[in-house]
Amino acid sequence: MSTNQGKLKPSSSELDLDRPNIEDYLPSGASIQEPHGKLRLSDLLDISPILTEAAGAIVDDSFTRCFKSNSPEPWNWNVYLFPLWCFGVVFRYLILFPARAIVLTIGWIIFLSCFIPVHFLLKGNDALRKKLERVLVELICSFFVASWTGVVKYHGPRPSMRPKQVFVANHTSMIDFIILEQMTAFAVIMQKHPGWVGLLQSTILESVGCIWFNRSEAKDREIVAKKLREHSQGADNNPLLIFPEGTCVNNQYSVMFKKGAFELGCTVCPIAIKYNKIFVDAFWNSRKQSFTMHLLQLMTSWAVVCDVWYLEPQNLRPGETAIEFAERVRDIISVRAGLRKVPWDGYLKYSRPSPKHRERKQQSFAESVLRRLEEK
Amino acid sequence: MGNTSSMLTQYDIEEVQQHCNKAFSQQEIVSLYERFCQLDRNGGGFVSAEEFLSVPEFAVNPLSQRLLRMVDGLNFKEFVAFLSAFSPRATLLQRIEFIFKVYDSDGNGKVTFNDMLDVLHDLTGQFISENQRKQVLTQVLDEAGYTKESLLVLSDFVKILGSSGLKMEVEVPVD
Repeated sequence: MSTNQGKLKPSSSELDLDRPNIEDYLPSGASIQEPHGKLRLSDLLDISPILTEAAGAIVDDSFTRCFKSNSPEPWNWNVYLFPLWCFGVVFRYLILFPARAIVLTIGWIIFLSCFIPVHFLLKGNDALRKKLERVLVELICSFFVASWTGVVKYHGPRPSMRPKQVFVANHTSMIDFIILEQMTAFAVIMQKHPGWVGLLQSTILESVGCIWFNRSEAKDREIVAKKLREHSQGADNNPLLIFPEGTCVNNQYSVMFKKGAFELGCTVCPIAIKYNKIFVDAFWNSRKQSFTMHLLQLMTSWAVVCDVWYLEPQNLRPGETAIEFAERVRDIISVRAGLRKVPWDGYLKYSRPSPKHRERKQQSFAESVLRRLEEK
Repeated sequence: MGNTSSMLTQYDIEEVQQHCNKAFSQQEIVSLYERFCQLDRNGGGFVSAEEFLSVPEFAVNPLSQRLLRMVDGLNFKEFVAFLSAFSPRATLLQRIEFIFKVYDSDGNGKVTFNDMLDVLHDLTGQFISENQRKQVLTQVLDEAGYTKESLLVLSDFVKILGSSGLKMEVEVPVD
């Protein structure tokens, strides 16, 4: 996910189908044209509302705000607090970090020494192997969480393994997956990563039934949609976990949910995750740091404190479209986790908005001009 | 002024304030600098067209290409000067001047029929035919006492737009 050069390409028209009408959300201060009175030269030349919108976007926009890291207020700014802070740094880096690294290493040793035999020796006995692998994956995730001194409070009933249900959650960092996985072995759908993460994905996470996609491939969507459908129908597959935002957001806002998870004909169980910023900013800004650096940052912080709410399962209401369903669930999650909703598609991080939105503005202005021309 | 440092000195702030004719307060200039650094992802000291277009709200604006021509590659001082027309403290003349500059793409101080036609094209896209646009523009120009061959200068713009209450203000968020 190291698209840090920001090579933008125009989005395919497929992405348009995912969004409800953005115009309902966009802050349009003044309408482009006061729709009354005969058309005069001043009306045509007065482009101030459109310019104001553009300047407003340059000065501050809701999309960029979603991906801003929350750096904590520096509190070490005076003579008394500074030594305390220095002591804290020494403690974190020289005592906590090595201790955590050791814990994590022990965890990996235990995990691998159990997982490798189970994986290869029990090839014939699938049901038992899957059960053991599930437990082992939950175990290594617990070790990971311990390595950041993760304090996770789970609220709500623990997810059960039933067919025809998917879980959706808001997305702040890849650690969301680890935090949820230590409670219940989900099969998650993720972007395929390079490096050591990719290696883990193709070996260990395969065993819990994870599905990979590649954001940059257009055809990929159909293949993935098919895989999702197949997985959710299977009775003994691990419950499917989907992050419908499609990208990491900074835990203050939520971007629009992709409808893919909501048109599988399954019950959707929302999960809300909220990190406590006082301890660490858990937002993984993939443009700024690699996942390894992100993990190291977590391991040298005091703790990762978060709340996880398992919310009431939702079903598609009669007459509701998949997009409306997605928005309704996003509402539920955003309210629970205290997130502000923005009307943008998370994938706009990687591609430009479709020309459809500009065309809508152009169309309404054009119609207004023609109409006013007729007036006497 | 350091491109890569994210600290503005008091001297820098005052210099920028002078350059934009005190259109922004010192607090606002600090906020704008934060924003500038946020947009300037590769730290080159200026915001490129690509970086501006990565703001979806800007990219969907019909006049984004015209504005890009004016704002591409500006350093921070020029960036603030560019935005000064949108400050609440800007005068009506400054705002009209800005609008004039948007129309006058070749910067020769004269706005031709084609310049106005181009902007109208940006605003209406494919929803009005080229002929209709010419027709509309000729008609309103005629009623205002100009012809197709007229070359409008800034004082003409002042005359035309001076009486309509131009609402062109943007609030700079200050923490």
